Amino acid sequence: MTAAGDQDVILKLEDVSKVYSGTVAVKRANFEVRKGAVNVLVGENGAGKSTLMKIIAGVEQPTLGRILLEGEEVSFSSSGDAVNRGIGMVFQELNLFGNLTVAENIFATREITNRFRKIDSREQERRAAEFLERLQAGIRPDMLVEDLRIGQQQLVEIAKAVSLDARILIMDEPTSALSAAEVEILFKVIADLKARGVAIVYISHRLEELIRIGDTITVLRDGRITGQEKMKNVDTQWIVRQMIGSDAKDFAKADGHVPGEEIFRAEDICLPRVTGGLAVDHVSLSLRAGEILGIYGLMGAGRSELFDCIMGRHGHATGAIFIAGKKVRERDTTRRIRRGLALIPEDRQREGLVSILSVASNLTLASLSRFVRLFHISSAKENQAVTQMVRELAIKVADPAQEVSSLSGGNQQKVVIGKALLTGPKVLLMDEPSRGIDVGAKADVFRTMRKLSRDGLGILFATSDLDEVMALSDRIAVMSNGKLTGLFDRAEATEAALVAASALGHGPVPHTESHAHD
Amino acid sequence: MTDIPAKASVASASNGSVLLTLMKARTFIALIAVLIFFSIAAPNFLSAANLILMSKHVALNAFLAMGMTFVIITGGIDLSVGSIVGLCGMVAGYLVLNGIDLQVGYTIYFNVFEIALITLAVGILIGAVNGLLITRLNVAPFIATLGVLYVARGLALLSSDGRTFPNLVGKPDLGTTGFSFLGAGRLLGLPVSIWILVVVAVGAAYLAKYTPLGRHIFAVGGNERAARISGVRVNMVKMFVYMFSGFCAAVVGLIISSELMASHPATGESFELNAIAAAVLGGTSMSGGRGTIGGTIVGAFVIGILSDGLVMMGVSSFWQMVIKGLVIIVAVVVDQAQRRLQSRVTLMQMAKAG
Repeated sequence: MTAAGDQDVILKLEDVSKVYSGTVAVKRANFEVRKGAVNVLVGENGAGKSTLMKIIAGVEQPTLGRILLEGEEVSFSSSGDAVNRGIGMVFQELNLFGNLTVAENIFATREITNRFRKIDSREQERRAAEFLERLQAGIRPDMLVEDLRIGQQQLVEIAKAVSLDARILIMDEPTSALSAAEVEILFKVIADLKARGVAIVYISHRLEELIRIGDTITVLRDGRITGQEKMKNVDTQWIVRQMIGSDAKDFAKADGHVPGEEIFRAEDICLPRVTGGLAVDHVSLSLRAGEILGIYGLMGAGRSELFDCIMGRHGHATGAIFIAGKKVRERDTTRRIRRGLALIPEDRQREGLVSILSVASNLTLASLSRFVRLFHISSAKENQAVTQMVRELAIKVADPAQEVSSLSGGNQQKVVIGKALLTGPKVLLMDEPSRGIDVGAKADVFRTMRKLSRDGLGILFATSDLDEVMALSDRIAVMSNGKLTGLFDRAEATEAALVAASALGHGPVPHTESHAHD
Repeated sequence: MTDIPAKASVASASNGSVLLTLMKARTFIALIAVLIFFSIAAPNFLSAANLILMSKHVALNAFLAMGMTFVIITGGIDLSVGSIVGLCGMVAGYLVLNGIDLQVGYTIYFNVFEIALITLAVGILIGAVNGLLITRLNVAPFIATLGVLYVARGLALLSSDGRTFPNLVGKPDLGTTGFSFLGAGRLLGLPVSIWILVVVAVGAAYLAKYTPLGRHIFAVGGNERAARISGVRVNMVKMFVYMFSGFCAAVVGLIISSELMASHPATGESFELNAIAAAVLGGTSMSGGRGTIGGTIVGAFVIGILSDGLVMMGVSSFWQMVIKGLVIIVAVVVDQAQRRLQSRVTLMQMAKAG
């Protein structure tokens, strides 16, 4: 927006909106990308950053608005289109083929072939090795991607994007699984690209990182762009103000109730990974009634896998769980739900909801037996429970018979929570309960968590958001690389300590021992 | 039965268009269209005798299509139903003629009621085999039921060395008479097979709407992972739908043998395709999660009336196949167009509102 010379602007979005069924992800956004600069994009979870980038990279098409590439209107019907016009992207969720080698992944869809259209593997591996060399990651091009650590996979994703020789390179949270040393290397690569005139769009949650490498900054909130400035003119406070707006995060205060007896205990939970090693590595923890235990960790730390083990979704997991002191012998999800466990999964669309069913059917899906006389579902009883849940959780829906996919993300999340609550759980497992929902819905979800803990439920909740885990938990457990690496009382927990514990076993320095408490 | 899709369209008519409403009621409209067309084009089409005859034809396909509907709603497919029809017909015929030889000088003969029960049990058992292959051994439904298609047909042929069991009248002294009741009997002026269809259809529609099992069938097809996490016993639900499909096929096998008073091992060849066609025509989505028993029955009537009507008009059977194929394709194209139109309408509205 500043008059920094329009010839620097290589890509411009005008009044772009993107709507998914149920959510307006981006509202009338105007966004400029400059050559030879790091264009930082920042915003809370679910603010629409990733969607905006997917539009630029041709993965998604805007519902309204236009895209101008060097002043000329373009529309990409696929990511291949965008790549041809010189736009590359490092995706947040890894888009790699685990069953192929690193080199094959890097050259996927633009394989190097000889005269007879046969793939020249040797040449591919040689060229891949060059890119990997620059990232100094110790990855050989002939390794299978599924055998790599998640951080290394992220580096492969970066190498793939760099190898495109793109004029615009989008990086969506490229450092989320990287160690500090790997981040330094990445920054060198970025500086190098910048010197060659590449426009870089950089998305991250880590403010220190942004301020260090950014040239311009754009802030998104709830799908709208709320600020666009040169990085040298701004400070952390400005960014936070633009991100959160006047309505600062509402975490719902603790009410000071004292947790009761132990309601849940997990002992020595282990889950082997298909590729060898353990996804969950001898984790033991205990939870009291009315207590909120936050589990903090980076992507791939094993939090979701731990929850899966507790719910009985993996037959080959080992270890024991206890509810109110009694051992849970049931090994399948159905009967564990009956014993009082309930999971709110991380991925609402894939695991939380049956999107083509109605709000009401989704709410009662896990608890139908409560409304059944003989074999007949009593509509009256069912409707009563649905109405009550809709009111208690403040789900905004005109008619519960509506398809659940027509709801906004926040309301969909409330439906998932309502479904779990209708089973009458004693222990609630919440995996990233605030992911991808708007500020108001977040506040509602947090308030609900407080209320449930006051009612005596034990809540385990996993998050990668430091603020959240600090504000909501009575105790905080930290996981890294499948291990429990720290357990803190809220009083003694500091952000620095949590971050340090979450990086154990990730850095280039081989960790000596795990710091798991009890 | 069709007022379910029609009602749903009224609810969203405010934000959709008349076109959308028409598209949603397409199967019903198609049914009325073929009825009107043939009542003009084919003489005697609307006579009571002809309507009853057509209903008997339609009933056979409708049974199979109901079983198929549940299977498809869970996201599967059952190719074996035609072979189960053939095999169950042979089982019934064999029992009427030969009974079961106990190898110790005695042969047990069953009465017709017992024979019907045994035959139904065989159908359910084959369905259970399908289900076990799919749930326990993780065979894709298409492949598992394709294998069973061949096995069941082979067994049907083996049971008689490929010959027909003729003349299933039975012997009064053995108590095996009365087999013709299912196929030729009448109650209150309507054929027995129609009454059975009504009972099974009402039962299936009730199951789909008012029982936990019905709800679970839709949930499994809509999102199997989410259903599993919600505590739905996905494997049991799948076992049920394949067993129900086997049951429906056994009913058809019994009715056909009874109508002809003979069992032929090749009976039911390619019936599975008609059943899939009726389900799809009635709005069942092949990707799972969507479908109604009412819609499927209307779909079966559209296909049945179309072929009988064309026969009455003297259209060649080759043309009949072409026409049937086109109708199915058009139905699915309209279905897709409706989904796209609907989602675009809602998305545009949200974009403007947001």
